[in-house]
Amino acid sequence: MVQLALPKNSRVTRGQHHPAPAGAKRVKTFKVYRYDPEGNGNPRWDTYDVDVDACGPMVLDVLIHIKNTIDPTLAFRRSCREGVCGSCAMNIGGNNHLACTHGWEETAGKDCVISPLPSMPVLKDLVPDLTMFYAQYASIEPWLHTTTPEPQKEWLQSPEDREKLDGLYECILCACCTTSCPSYWWNGDRYLGPATLLHAYRWLIDSRDEATGERLDALEDPFKLYRCHTIMNCAQVCPKGLNPAKAIAEVKKMLADRIV
Amino acid sequence: MSSYRTPLSRARGHGAAREGAHHWLAERLSAVAMAPLVLWGVFGVIHLAAGDYQTAADWISQVQNLVLMILLLVVGFWHMHAGMRVIVEDYIQKTFSRVSLLILNLFVCVLAGSLAIFSLIRVALLGGAL
Repeated sequence: MVQLALPKNSRVTRGQHHPAPAGAKRVKTFKVYRYDPEGNGNPRWDTYDVDVDACGPMVLDVLIHIKNTIDPTLAFRRSCREGVCGSCAMNIGGNNHLACTHGWEETAGKDCVISPLPSMPVLKDLVPDLTMFYAQYASIEPWLHTTTPEPQKEWLQSPEDREKLDGLYECILCACCTTSCPSYWWNGDRYLGPATLLHAYRWLIDSRDEATGERLDALEDPFKLYRCHTIMNCAQVCPKGLNPAKAIAEVKKMLADRIV
Repeated sequence: MSSYRTPLSRARGHGAAREGAHHWLAERLSAVAMAPLVLWGVFGVIHLAAGDYQTAADWISQVQNLVLMILLLVVGFWHMHAGMRVIVEDYIQKTFSRVSLLILNLFVCVLAGSLAIFSLIRVALLGGAL
């Protein structure tokens, strides 16, 4: 059955409170999920009263400010700080966002609540274990499959065919969509999830690819593909504004096209 | 982790079942078929609600009413089975529980559907004689 409550050792307890420095004019409270794999304790919510005049406008700016000036033990991933690398994906105020492109002022409510991406094992604090997510991506063989001998130069593609990849190639594999999908929460071991399926479609409609049939064969499965019930969380949270649900619908249409 | 299986091996699992497209298409086709059938069925039942048992028996004895009502039941019970199957697959993870519930779902839907259709035919053929 679906687990409706967290197991005992996963229940999140109240953690430490870090008050704002004296003289801070504008203070915002950030409630951050903390988990230390080396201790025996449960995860906890630490609260940080941050002087927001001392840091930048994005949630990532606040996290870096906390790590630099308040609590150096806080762990999170970040790299490009401009929405290109997908490292800082996390749950902010109940929705998955990239911390670097999401302003803390955009979050409704008194406290800004920050937790790791839902449903994934947590390595530490805000760092999820994305091993299965990457393995599922690898399982669709996201590269060009051809049988025809390689041409002297490049494989040619018309501008019209290239346009079909728009809205797909921009995916940065941040896992915001996949970890926001209830179907993935319940069946993440078998359902490939929106990000992987978006990429599967990206190779299905690539005019240069010669393995469309094999790719469709590998997707036609009640669990790998058909767990998608068009819940649309994926499209709602995608920080790049892409629509994985639509790509999945196109895959289903291609499969239906084979039998009618 | 208790297993040395690689993540890719776990992600690939047992491979694709190579089925699902027919089920997906049939779900949608049955939904499309049910739209007019259910409308017709609702109006039929409202129309019968005012009359007595004999009126209902006479109505169902007419060929077009009997055939449409049987179609509504067949498509409706098939659709119900398909929907419940998806719910079980979504929420029940343990193989034994999942397979048991899928079998139960199939048996209940076939049994309920058969009983409903048999009852209709009986009323239609006997013309209301109990």
